[in-house]
Amino acid sequence: MFGEYSLGDLSSIFVMQGFAGLILFSVYVLMALGLAIIFGQMGVINMAHGEFMILGAYVTYLCSTFFQNHLPALFPIYFFLAMILAFMASGALGMLVEWALIRHLYKRPLDTLLATWGLSLMLQQAYRSIFGAREVGVELPSWLIGSVQVTDSIEIPINGLFVMAVTVLITVGVAVLIFRSRFGQQVRAVMANRPMAGAVGIDSEKVDRYTFGLGCGIAGVAGSAFTMIGSTGPTSGQLYIVDTFLIVVFGGAASLLGTIASAFSISQTQSTLEFFLSGSMAKVLTLLAVVGILMLRPQGLFTLKVRR
Amino acid sequence: MLQTAPTTLPPPVMPGEAPILAIEDLHAAYGQSEVLHGLNFTVAPGEIVAVMGRNGMGKTTLMKTMMGIVPAKSGSIRVNGTELTGLKSHARVAQGLAYVPQGRMIFSTMTVQENIETGLTVTGTRKVPQDLYDMFPVLLEMKGRRGGNLSGGQQQQLAIARALASKPKVLLLDEPTEGIQPSIIREMGRTLRKIRDDRGLSIVFSEQVLSFALDVADRFLVMENGEIVHESLRADIDEARVARFLSV
Repeated sequence: MFGEYSLGDLSSIFVMQGFAGLILFSVYVLMALGLAIIFGQMGVINMAHGEFMILGAYVTYLCSTFFQNHLPALFPIYFFLAMILAFMASGALGMLVEWALIRHLYKRPLDTLLATWGLSLMLQQAYRSIFGAREVGVELPSWLIGSVQVTDSIEIPINGLFVMAVTVLITVGVAVLIFRSRFGQQVRAVMANRPMAGAVGIDSEKVDRYTFGLGCGIAGVAGSAFTMIGSTGPTSGQLYIVDTFLIVVFGGAASLLGTIASAFSISQTQSTLEFFLSGSMAKVLTLLAVVGILMLRPQGLFTLKVRR
Repeated sequence: MLQTAPTTLPPPVMPGEAPILAIEDLHAAYGQSEVLHGLNFTVAPGEIVAVMGRNGMGKTTLMKTMMGIVPAKSGSIRVNGTELTGLKSHARVAQGLAYVPQGRMIFSTMTVQENIETGLTVTGTRKVPQDLYDMFPVLLEMKGRRGGNLSGGQQQQLAIARALASKPKVLLLDEPTEGIQPSIIREMGRTLRKIRDDRGLSIVFSEQVLSFALDVADRFLVMENGEIVHESLRADIDEARVARFLSV
């Protein structure tokens, strides 16, 4: 399949596809972070995670149109505000959902799967009713459009760089929150042993609510980033949820580093193969590789080694 | 009362003074099968009480029920006069109960220091008090290690330090000697008495090893089939009789 390209072409292709992969990687990481935190904390597999992401995307879309029509002067910087609002909207909806639905189902993990799936259908229909079935696109400010010419044959899009910077920032922020803050300590204690965390004085219900909100909020930011690489429709989130599950499982549950490494390897494989093969063939090969590796290492890429 | 000036307290106080912990007609069940059939006992401030009994007699269930991990079916649990039944575990910790479970249950992926810090949650402080490290110097030495990589005896010290971090009035320990080597068991007996003497708190521990309990406790309760069948002070304990309850 490489036959018809020269060596120079090939290296350019790899760099550019690799970069396209990095944008995909950013969305995956943000999605998977939220999913992994929620799964690690309360053992809930949030099937509606894609819809929380799309909520963030719609919020970004609303911001974009609002600024275009009412505050064109501030349009160049609307994206920052959009991301904050996306985080808050998805986070608030997440906390509401935890309070109204999830907390009643903690002792029935299979039911949470069904309940969150139902929630995802409801949200999809809500988006369809509110925003219409047609996909919407976000207008980017001019400074985010265009690309950096690195060499004659390599171009790197600016919005990709921006998305990656945001991802790095959020990942570092989450890592600091989980490993350095009081709240993170409580999250990890509840993850390790819920009844015992209660017995040392941690209010695990409160921790659950904020964790769910945080995970969903990060998905909202992922949605904001997503608007730059795809158009937003009621069911766009569905396309990402399966891949995100795969990343969480492949990375090893409850390992932040594993999640990042697995998101990176999966998105890069996917993106590079997509150029040479068809999209579905690329997906087949990626999935096969993941299944093969998981058979050899069922615990995922990274796990902590301690006595339990 | 005593928690306002813990250091000035005289050690063991005779029953009769207002109890710090009072259990009344406590019933607990797993689903349909009742495990605790109406327990009654009180613990005086500064007293160390051993709950003896063979496996399966309800000692751990009693501990978990007091801690709110197993719900009480009926009855009352009061600490310093405050009713605890119906409260969540963390709220009971805030009321002055602390718990060292069977098997220690430290957070194995967290460092020693972080483990102790989790116990500080209800106090609102962030810094591990120096006196905890003074009591368990080995924990200071290992504060950056993951809890799961400590030995059994070290984990037990960590679990006790974590429980003490919440400044409890009553410390509950479930089978503290289980899985710990004999030399360390003796050391632990001394530690428990020292904790009581220094901090003036009350200690309730469940135990199958009579020699350890005789070393540490002021009073003995013997449980059988979810009921308290025997009770005596250390001064007038009939060792042979208690030993008979413990033999299989």
